[in-house]
Amino acid sequence: MSNHLPAGAGNGGGGGRAGDSGLRYPSNGKTIYHRPLNRTKTAELSKAAFAYLFAEMVSYAQRRVTGIQELEKRLNLQGHPIGLKLLDLLLFREPPRTQLRPLNIIALLHFIKINVWTHLFGRQADRLEKSSNPDTPDEFMIIDNEPLVNAYISVPKEMSQLNCAAFAAGIIEGVCDGAGFPARVTAHTVGDTGGGGSNNGSGGGTGADGGRGEGGEMWPGRTVFLVKFQPEVLEREALIGAKS
Amino acid sequence: MTVFSLVIINKAGGLIYNRTFHEGGLNKISTNDYLVLAGTFHGVHAITARLNPVKSAPERPLSNSIPGVPGGILTRPEPPSGLEVLESENFRLQCFNTLTGVKFLLFTDTTQTNVDVIIRRIYDLYSDYVMKNPFYQLEMPIRCDMFDRKLLSYIREVNNR
Repeated sequence: MSNHLPAGAGNGGGGGRAGDSGLRYPSNGKTIYHRPLNRTKTAELSKAAFAYLFAEMVSYAQRRVTGIQELEKRLNLQGHPIGLKLLDLLLFREPPRTQLRPLNIIALLHFIKINVWTHLFGRQADRLEKSSNPDTPDEFMIIDNEPLVNAYISVPKEMSQLNCAAFAAGIIEGVCDGAGFPARVTAHTVGDTGGGGSNNGSGGGTGADGGRGEGGEMWPGRTVFLVKFQPEVLEREALIGAKS
Repeated sequence: MTVFSLVIINKAGGLIYNRTFHEGGLNKISTNDYLVLAGTFHGVHAITARLNPVKSAPERPLSNSIPGVPGGILTRPEPPSGLEVLESENFRLQCFNTLTGVKFLLFTDTTQTNVDVIIRRIYDLYSDYVMKNPFYQLEMPIRCDMFDRKLLSYIREVNNR
Protein backbone atom coordinates (compact mmCIF):
# COMPACT_ATOMS: atom_id res chain seq x y z
CA MET A 1 0.00 0.00 0.00
CA SER A 2 1.18 3.43 -0.84
CA ASN A 3 1.13 5.88 2.01
CA HIS A 4 1.20 9.10 0.05
CA LEU A 5 -2.12 9.06 -1.69
CA PRO A 6 -3.35 12.21 -3.36
CA ALA A 7 -6.01 14.07 -1.44
CA GLY A 8 -9.26 12.20 -1.42
CA ALA A 9 -7.89 9.21 -3.31
CA GLY A 10 -8.09 6.75 -0.47
CA ASN A 11 -11.81 6.53 0.00
CA GLY A 12 -12.96 4.47 -2.93
CA GLY A 13 -12.15 1.01 -4.11
CA GLY A 14 -11.37 1.84 -7.70
CA GLY A 15 -10.41 5.45 -7.08
CA GLY A 16 -12.13 8.34 -5.37
CA ARG A 17 -12.96 11.89 -6.28
CA ALA A 18 -10.29 14.45 -5.62
CA GLY A 19 -11.89 17.51 -4.10
CA ASP A 20 -14.34 19.21 -6.38
CA SER A 21 -12.17 19.21 -9.51
CA GLY A 22 -13.80 15.98 -10.63
CA LEU A 23 -10.42 14.43 -11.39
CA ARG A 24 -10.09 10.79 -10.50
CA TYR A 25 -6.93 9.19 -9.33
CA PRO A 26 -6.14 5.51 -9.30
CA SER A 27 -6.23 4.14 -5.75
CA ASN A 28 -2.52 3.33 -5.74
CA GLY A 29 -1.70 6.98 -6.46
CA LYS A 30 0.14 6.19 -9.67
CA THR A 31 -1.15 8.39 -12.47
CA ILE A 32 -0.38 8.03 -16.14
CA TYR A 33 2.52 10.44 -15.66
CA HIS A 34 4.32 7.97 -13.44
CA ARG A 35 4.59 5.43 -16.22
CA PRO A 36 7.66 5.27 -18.43
CA LEU A 37 6.95 6.55 -21.94
CA ASN A 38 8.44 3.52 -23.63
CA ARG A 39 6.36 0.98 -21.79
CA THR A 40 3.43 0.99 -24.16
CA LYS A 41 5.61 0.97 -27.23
CA THR A 42 4.63 -2.48 -28.37
CA ALA A 43 1.34 -2.72 -26.52
CA GLU A 44 -1.72 -3.42 -28.62
CA LEU A 45 -5.29 -2.35 -28.12
CA SER A 46 -8.53 -4.11 -28.85
CA LYS A 47 -9.82 -3.20 -32.27
CA ALA A 48 -13.40 -3.69 -31.12
CA ALA A 49 -12.94 -1.31 -28.20
CA PHE A 50 -11.54 1.28 -30.55
CA ALA A 51 -14.37 0.72 -33.01
CA TYR A 52 -16.99 1.37 -30.34
CA LEU A 53 -15.14 4.42 -29.06
CA PHE A 54 -14.74 5.80 -32.55
CA ALA A 55 -18.41 5.17 -33.34
CA GLU A 56 -19.30 7.27 -30.31
CA MET A 57 -16.83 9.96 -31.34
CA VAL A 58 -18.51 10.18 -34.73
CA SER A 59 -21.98 10.34 -33.16
CA TYR A 60 -20.74 13.01 -30.77
CA ALA A 61 -19.30 15.06 -33.60
CA GLN A 62 -22.57 14.66 -35.47
CA ARG A 63 -24.55 16.47 -32.80
CA ARG A 64 -25.57 19.99 -33.70
CA VAL A 65 -23.65 20.09 -36.97
CA THR A 66 -25.31 21.52 -40.02
CA GLY A 67 -23.35 19.93 -42.83
CA ILE A 68 -20.92 17.22 -43.76
CA GLN A 69 -18.06 19.69 -44.05
CA GLU A 70 -18.63 20.80 -40.49
CA LEU A 71 -18.74 17.19 -39.31
CA GLU A 72 -15.43 16.46 -41.03
CA LYS A 73 -14.02 19.62 -39.49
CA ARG A 74 -15.00 18.42 -36.04
CA LEU A 75 -13.47 14.99 -36.57
CA ASN A 76 -10.37 16.73 -37.85
CA LEU A 77 -10.23 18.84 -34.69
CA GLN A 78 -10.51 15.72 -32.54
CA GLY A 79 -7.45 14.25 -34.23
CA HIS A 80 -5.30 17.37 -34.29
CA PRO A 81 -4.07 17.39 -30.67
CA ILE A 82 -3.26 13.67 -30.95
CA GLY A 83 -1.00 14.37 -33.90
CA LEU A 84 0.79 17.18 -32.09
CA LYS A 85 1.61 14.93 -29.13
CA LEU A 86 2.33 11.88 -31.23
CA LEU A 87 5.10 13.67 -33.09
CA ASP A 88 6.98 14.33 -29.85
CA LEU A 89 6.31 10.86 -28.47
CA LEU A 90 7.48 9.02 -31.56
CA LEU A 91 10.61 11.16 -31.88
CA PHE A 92 11.34 10.54 -28.21
CA ARG A 93 11.17 6.82 -28.83
CA GLU A 94 13.58 6.90 -31.74
CA PRO A 95 17.14 5.88 -30.89
CA PRO A 96 19.07 9.00 -29.74
CA ARG A 97 21.11 9.29 -32.93
CA THR A 98 18.10 9.48 -35.19
CA GLN A 99 16.03 11.70 -32.94
CA LEU A 100 15.93 14.33 -35.65
CA ARG A 101 12.82 16.22 -36.50
CA PRO A 102 11.94 15.89 -40.16
CA LEU A 103 13.48 18.89 -41.92
CA ASN A 104 11.96 18.72 -45.38
CA ILE A 105 8.64 17.70 -46.83
CA ILE A 106 9.76 14.31 -48.10
CA ALA A 107 11.28 13.33 -44.76
CA LEU A 108 8.14 14.46 -42.98
CA LEU A 109 5.85 12.47 -45.26
CA HIS A 110 8.02 9.39 -44.90
CA PHE A 111 7.93 9.81 -41.16
CA ILE A 112 4.13 9.91 -41.33
CA LYS A 113 3.85 7.03 -43.78
CA ILE A 114 6.16 4.77 -41.81
CA ASN A 115 6.44 5.75 -38.15
CA VAL A 116 3.08 7.37 -37.46
CA TRP A 117 1.15 4.78 -39.44
CA THR A 118 2.96 1.84 -37.87
CA HIS A 119 2.36 3.24 -34.41
CA LEU A 120 -1.32 3.95 -35.00
CA PHE A 121 -2.43 1.17 -37.31
CA GLY A 122 0.24 -1.52 -37.10
CA ARG A 123 1.33 -1.19 -40.72
CA GLN A 124 2.66 1.37 -43.15
CA ALA A 125 0.48 3.49 -45.39
CA ASP A 126 0.10 1.98 -48.83
CA ARG A 127 1.36 4.74 -51.07
CA LEU A 128 2.80 8.21 -51.11
CA GLU A 129 2.29 10.46 -54.10
CA LYS A 130 2.96 13.98 -55.20
CA SER A 131 0.29 15.77 -57.13
CA SER A 132 1.14 15.52 -60.81
CA ASN A 133 -0.78 18.68 -61.53
CA PRO A 134 1.78 21.50 -62.03
CA ASP A 135 -0.71 24.05 -60.66
CA THR A 136 -0.68 22.47 -57.23
CA PRO A 137 2.90 21.66 -56.28
CA ASP A 138 1.89 22.07 -52.63
CA GLU A 139 -0.31 18.96 -52.61
CA PHE A 140 0.83 15.53 -51.56
CA MET A 141 -1.16 12.36 -51.11
CA ILE A 142 -0.91 9.61 -48.55
CA ILE A 143 -2.95 6.64 -49.68
CA ASP A 144 -4.43 3.98 -47.46
CA ASN A 145 -6.31 1.12 -49.09
CA GLU A 146 -8.46 0.33 -46.09
CA PRO A 147 -8.13 2.77 -43.22
CA LEU A 148 -8.51 1.11 -39.84
CA VAL A 149 -10.79 3.87 -38.57
CA ASN A 150 -13.27 3.06 -41.33
CA ALA A 151 -13.08 -0.70 -40.84
CA TYR A 152 -16.67 -1.08 -39.66
CA ILE A 153 -18.24 2.12 -40.93
CA SER A 154 -20.73 2.23 -43.78
CA VAL A 155 -21.58 5.79 -44.68
CA PRO A 156 -25.24 6.22 -45.65
CA LYS A 157 -26.00 7.21 -49.23
CA GLU A 158 -27.21 10.69 -48.40
CA MET A 159 -23.83 11.46 -46.81
CA SER A 160 -21.65 9.90 -49.49
CA GLN A 161 -19.30 12.90 -49.36
CA LEU A 162 -18.29 12.03 -45.85
CA ASN A 163 -15.20 10.08 -44.97
CA CYS A 164 -14.73 9.44 -41.26
CA ALA A 165 -11.00 9.13 -41.81
CA ALA A 166 -11.13 12.90 -41.39
CA PHE A 167 -10.10 11.98 -37.86
CA ALA A 168 -6.88 10.39 -39.15
CA ALA A 169 -6.44 13.42 -41.40
CA GLY A 170 -6.61 15.55 -38.26
CA ILE A 171 -3.83 13.47 -36.73
CA ILE A 172 -1.66 13.98 -39.82
CA GLU A 173 -2.41 17.68 -39.73
CA GLY A 174 -1.32 17.76 -36.10
CA VAL A 175 1.97 16.05 -36.95
CA CYS A 176 2.61 18.47 -39.84
CA ASP A 177 1.76 21.51 -37.73
CA GLY A 178 3.90 20.29 -34.86
CA ALA A 179 6.85 19.71 -37.16
CA GLY A 180 6.63 23.30 -38.43
CA PHE A 181 5.06 22.47 -41.77
CA PRO A 182 1.60 23.98 -41.42
CA ALA A 183 -0.80 22.18 -43.72
CA ARG A 184 -4.43 21.38 -44.34
CA VAL A 185 -5.18 17.67 -44.53
CA THR A 186 -8.43 16.25 -45.83
CA ALA A 187 -9.60 12.69 -46.40
CA HIS A 188 -11.29 11.62 -49.61
CA THR A 189 -12.77 8.32 -50.67
CA VAL A 190 -11.63 7.29 -54.13
CA GLY A 191 -12.81 3.71 -54.25
CA ASP A 192 -16.41 4.60 -55.05
CA THR A 193 -17.78 4.64 -58.54
CA GLY A 194 -17.99 8.41 -58.35
CA GLY A 195 -14.20 8.60 -58.21
CA GLY A 196 -12.08 11.00 -56.25
CA GLY A 197 -12.09 13.84 -58.73
CA SER A 198 -15.58 14.93 -57.81
CA ASN A 199 -14.88 14.93 -54.10
CA ASN A 200 -11.99 17.34 -54.10
CA GLY A 201 -12.68 20.15 -56.43
CA SER A 202 -9.19 21.59 -56.08
CA GLY A 203 -7.79 19.35 -58.77
CA GLY A 204 -5.58 17.46 -56.35
CA GLY A 205 -7.55 14.36 -57.14
CA THR A 206 -6.88 14.51 -60.83
CA GLY A 207 -3.28 13.51 -60.40
CA ALA A 208 -4.19 10.75 -58.04
CA ASP A 209 -6.80 9.26 -60.29
CA GLY A 210 -4.48 8.33 -63.12
CA GLY A 211 -4.36 4.56 -63.45
CA ARG A 212 -6.44 4.08 -60.36
CA GLY A 213 -9.43 2.47 -62.05
CA GLU A 214 -8.65 -0.90 -60.59
CA GLY A 215 -8.97 0.41 -57.04
CA GLY A 216 -12.75 0.59 -56.95
CA GLU A 217 -13.42 -3.13 -57.00
CA MET A 218 -10.62 -4.34 -54.84
CA TRP A 219 -10.50 -1.60 -52.23
CA PRO A 220 -13.92 0.02 -51.92
CA GLY A 221 -12.77 2.02 -48.91
CA ARG A 222 -9.55 3.35 -50.39
CA THR A 223 -8.85 6.74 -48.90
CA VAL A 224 -6.54 9.51 -50.05
CA PHE A 225 -5.25 11.92 -47.45
CA LEU A 226 -4.64 15.12 -49.33
CA VAL A 227 -1.91 17.15 -47.63
CA LYS A 228 -1.89 20.76 -48.80
CA PHE A 229 1.01 22.70 -47.34
CA GLN A 230 0.88 26.42 -46.74
CA PRO A 231 2.72 28.55 -49.33
CA GLU A 232 5.45 29.55 -46.88
CA VAL A 233 6.44 25.91 -46.45
CA LEU A 234 7.14 25.56 -50.16
CA GLU A 235 8.91 28.88 -50.21
CA ARG A 236 11.23 27.72 -47.44
CA GLU A 237 11.70 24.35 -49.13
CA ALA A 238 12.79 26.11 -52.32
CA LEU A 239 15.27 28.27 -50.40
CA ILE A 240 16.81 25.27 -48.65
CA GLY A 241 16.98 23.39 -51.92
CA ALA A 242 18.75 26.29 -53.62
CA LYS A 243 21.33 26.64 -50.84
CA SER A 244 22.43 23.04 -50.63
CA MET B 1 -26.81 -27.56 -50.02
CA THR B 2 -27.92 -23.97 -50.33
CA VAL B 3 -28.66 -21.03 -48.13
CA PHE B 4 -31.77 -19.35 -49.51
CA SER B 5 -32.30 -16.20 -47.52
CA LEU B 6 -31.81 -14.34 -44.27
CA VAL B 7 -34.29 -12.36 -42.20
CA ILE B 8 -33.40 -10.34 -39.12
CA ILE B 9 -36.11 -9.37 -36.63
CA ASN B 10 -35.57 -6.79 -33.91
CA LYS B 11 -36.63 -7.32 -30.35
CA ALA B 12 -40.00 -5.67 -30.93
CA GLY B 13 -40.87 -8.04 -33.77
CA GLY B 14 -40.14 -5.64 -36.61
CA LEU B 15 -38.38 -6.72 -39.76
CA ILE B 16 -35.03 -4.96 -40.01
CA TYR B 17 -33.24 -6.97 -42.68
CA ASN B 18 -34.27 -9.28 -45.46
CA ARG B 19 -32.08 -10.65 -48.21
CA THR B 20 -32.38 -13.46 -50.69
CA PHE B 21 -29.17 -15.18 -51.76
CA HIS B 22 -30.45 -17.84 -54.07
CA GLU B 23 -33.16 -17.30 -56.64
CA GLY B 24 -35.58 -20.16 -57.18
CA GLY B 25 -35.29 -21.74 -53.79
CA LEU B 26 -38.27 -19.99 -52.30
CA ASN B 27 -41.12 -18.23 -53.97
CA LYS B 28 -40.95 -14.45 -53.90
CA ILE B 29 -43.29 -12.78 -51.49
CA SER B 30 -43.89 -9.09 -51.13
CA THR B 31 -42.14 -6.92 -48.59
CA ASN B 32 -45.44 -6.55 -46.81
CA ASP B 33 -45.69 -10.31 -46.46
CA TYR B 34 -42.17 -10.38 -45.08
CA LEU B 35 -43.23 -7.85 -42.46
CA VAL B 36 -46.18 -10.07 -41.54
CA LEU B 37 -43.92 -13.12 -41.46
CA ALA B 38 -41.53 -11.33 -39.09
CA GLY B 39 -44.31 -10.22 -36.77
CA THR B 40 -46.01 -13.61 -36.76
CA PHE B 41 -42.81 -15.50 -36.15
CA HIS B 42 -42.00 -13.14 -33.31
CA GLY B 43 -45.35 -13.89 -31.70
CA VAL B 44 -45.08 -17.63 -32.18
CA HIS B 45 -41.58 -17.57 -30.78
CA ALA B 46 -42.76 -15.69 -27.69
CA ILE B 47 -45.53 -18.20 -27.07
CA THR B 48 -43.31 -21.24 -27.58
CA ALA B 49 -40.84 -19.73 -25.14
CA ARG B 50 -43.66 -19.60 -22.56
CA LEU B 51 -44.63 -23.23 -23.01
CA ASN B 52 -41.73 -24.23 -20.83
CA PRO B 53 -40.58 -20.96 -19.34
CA VAL B 54 -38.03 -22.08 -16.82
CA LYS B 55 -35.31 -24.53 -17.54
CA SER B 56 -34.32 -26.04 -14.23
CA ALA B 57 -30.86 -24.95 -13.27
CA PRO B 58 -28.38 -27.68 -14.00
CA GLU B 59 -26.95 -29.34 -10.91
CA ARG B 60 -23.48 -28.06 -10.30
CA PRO B 61 -20.88 -29.15 -7.81
CA LEU B 62 -20.84 -26.77 -4.86
CA SER B 63 -17.19 -25.85 -5.32
CA ASN B 64 -18.08 -24.32 -8.64
CA SER B 65 -20.58 -21.77 -7.39
CA ILE B 66 -19.55 -18.45 -6.01
CA PRO B 67 -20.34 -18.25 -2.31
CA GLY B 68 -22.31 -15.23 -1.19
CA VAL B 69 -23.50 -14.29 -4.64
CA PRO B 70 -27.18 -15.12 -4.86
CA GLY B 71 -28.22 -15.68 -8.43
CA GLY B 72 -24.64 -15.43 -9.64
CA ILE B 73 -23.88 -16.25 -13.22
CA LEU B 74 -23.29 -19.89 -12.46
CA THR B 75 -26.62 -20.48 -10.73
CA ARG B 76 -28.89 -18.50 -13.01
CA PRO B 77 -31.14 -20.73 -15.12
CA GLU B 78 -30.81 -20.44 -18.84
CA PRO B 79 -33.47 -18.34 -20.51
CA PRO B 80 -36.11 -20.32 -22.40
CA SER B 81 -35.16 -20.76 -26.02
CA GLY B 82 -38.49 -21.04 -27.77
CA LEU B 83 -38.90 -22.16 -31.35
CA GLU B 84 -35.59 -22.99 -32.97
CA VAL B 85 -36.14 -25.01 -36.10
CA LEU B 86 -39.06 -25.19 -38.50
CA GLU B 87 -38.87 -27.67 -41.32
CA SER B 88 -40.96 -28.19 -44.43
CA GLU B 89 -40.58 -30.44 -47.43
CA ASN B 90 -38.58 -27.85 -49.33
CA PHE B 91 -36.77 -25.74 -46.81
CA ARG B 92 -35.57 -25.55 -43.28
CA LEU B 93 -35.88 -22.45 -41.14
CA GLN B 94 -33.38 -22.03 -38.33
CA CYS B 95 -33.83 -19.29 -35.75
CA PHE B 96 -31.06 -17.86 -33.63
CA ASN B 97 -32.20 -15.64 -30.80
CA THR B 98 -29.48 -13.41 -29.34
CA LEU B 99 -29.33 -12.48 -25.68
CA THR B 100 -30.69 -9.06 -26.55
CA GLY B 101 -33.69 -10.50 -28.37
CA VAL B 102 -32.63 -10.01 -31.98
CA LYS B 103 -33.67 -12.98 -34.12
CA PHE B 104 -31.79 -14.27 -37.13
CA LEU B 105 -33.89 -16.50 -39.36
CA LEU B 106 -31.98 -18.46 -41.95
CA PHE B 107 -33.87 -20.28 -44.71
CA THR B 108 -31.84 -23.15 -46.11
CA ASP B 109 -32.11 -26.29 -48.13
CA THR B 110 -33.19 -29.30 -46.02
CA THR B 111 -29.81 -30.92 -46.59
CA GLN B 112 -27.77 -27.94 -45.41
CA THR B 113 -25.39 -28.86 -42.61
CA ASN B 114 -23.69 -26.69 -39.98
CA VAL B 115 -26.45 -24.12 -40.00
CA ASP B 116 -25.65 -23.06 -36.45
CA VAL B 117 -22.07 -22.30 -37.49
CA ILE B 118 -23.28 -20.21 -40.42
CA ILE B 119 -25.75 -18.33 -38.27
CA ARG B 120 -23.08 -17.68 -35.65
CA ARG B 121 -20.84 -16.22 -38.32
CA ILE B 122 -23.69 -14.01 -39.54
CA TYR B 123 -24.14 -12.83 -35.97
CA ASP B 124 -20.42 -11.98 -35.93
CA LEU B 125 -20.81 -9.94 -39.10
CA TYR B 126 -23.86 -8.22 -37.65
CA SER B 127 -22.09 -7.24 -34.46
CA ASP B 128 -19.07 -6.00 -36.41
CA TYR B 129 -20.53 -4.16 -39.36
CA VAL B 130 -23.89 -3.07 -37.98
CA MET B 131 -23.38 -2.49 -34.28
CA LYS B 132 -20.03 -0.74 -34.70
CA ASN B 133 -21.37 1.56 -37.37
CA PRO B 134 -22.03 5.05 -35.98
CA PHE B 135 -24.72 5.69 -38.59
CA TYR B 136 -26.88 2.73 -37.62
CA GLN B 137 -29.80 3.51 -35.34
CA LEU B 138 -30.84 0.71 -33.04
CA GLU B 139 -34.04 -1.17 -33.95
CA MET B 140 -34.15 0.48 -37.38
CA PRO B 141 -33.81 -1.28 -40.76
CA ILE B 142 -30.22 -2.20 -41.55
CA ARG B 143 -28.75 -0.25 -44.43
CA CYS B 144 -25.02 -0.84 -44.23
CA ASP B 145 -23.06 -1.40 -47.43
CA MET B 146 -20.22 -3.05 -45.60
CA PHE B 147 -22.53 -5.57 -43.91
CA ASP B 148 -24.19 -6.41 -47.24
CA ARG B 149 -20.84 -6.91 -48.91
CA LYS B 150 -19.35 -9.13 -46.23
CA LEU B 151 -22.54 -11.14 -45.86
CA LEU B 152 -22.88 -11.77 -49.59
CA SER B 153 -19.29 -12.89 -49.97
CA TYR B 154 -19.59 -15.20 -46.97
CA ILE B 155 -22.83 -16.79 -48.17
CA ARG B 156 -21.42 -17.15 -51.68
CA GLU B 157 -18.52 -19.03 -50.17
CA VAL B 158 -20.91 -21.29 -48.24
CA ASN B 159 -23.13 -21.95 -51.24
CA ASN B 160 -20.18 -22.84 -53.47
CA ARG B 161 -18.70 -25.26 -51.02
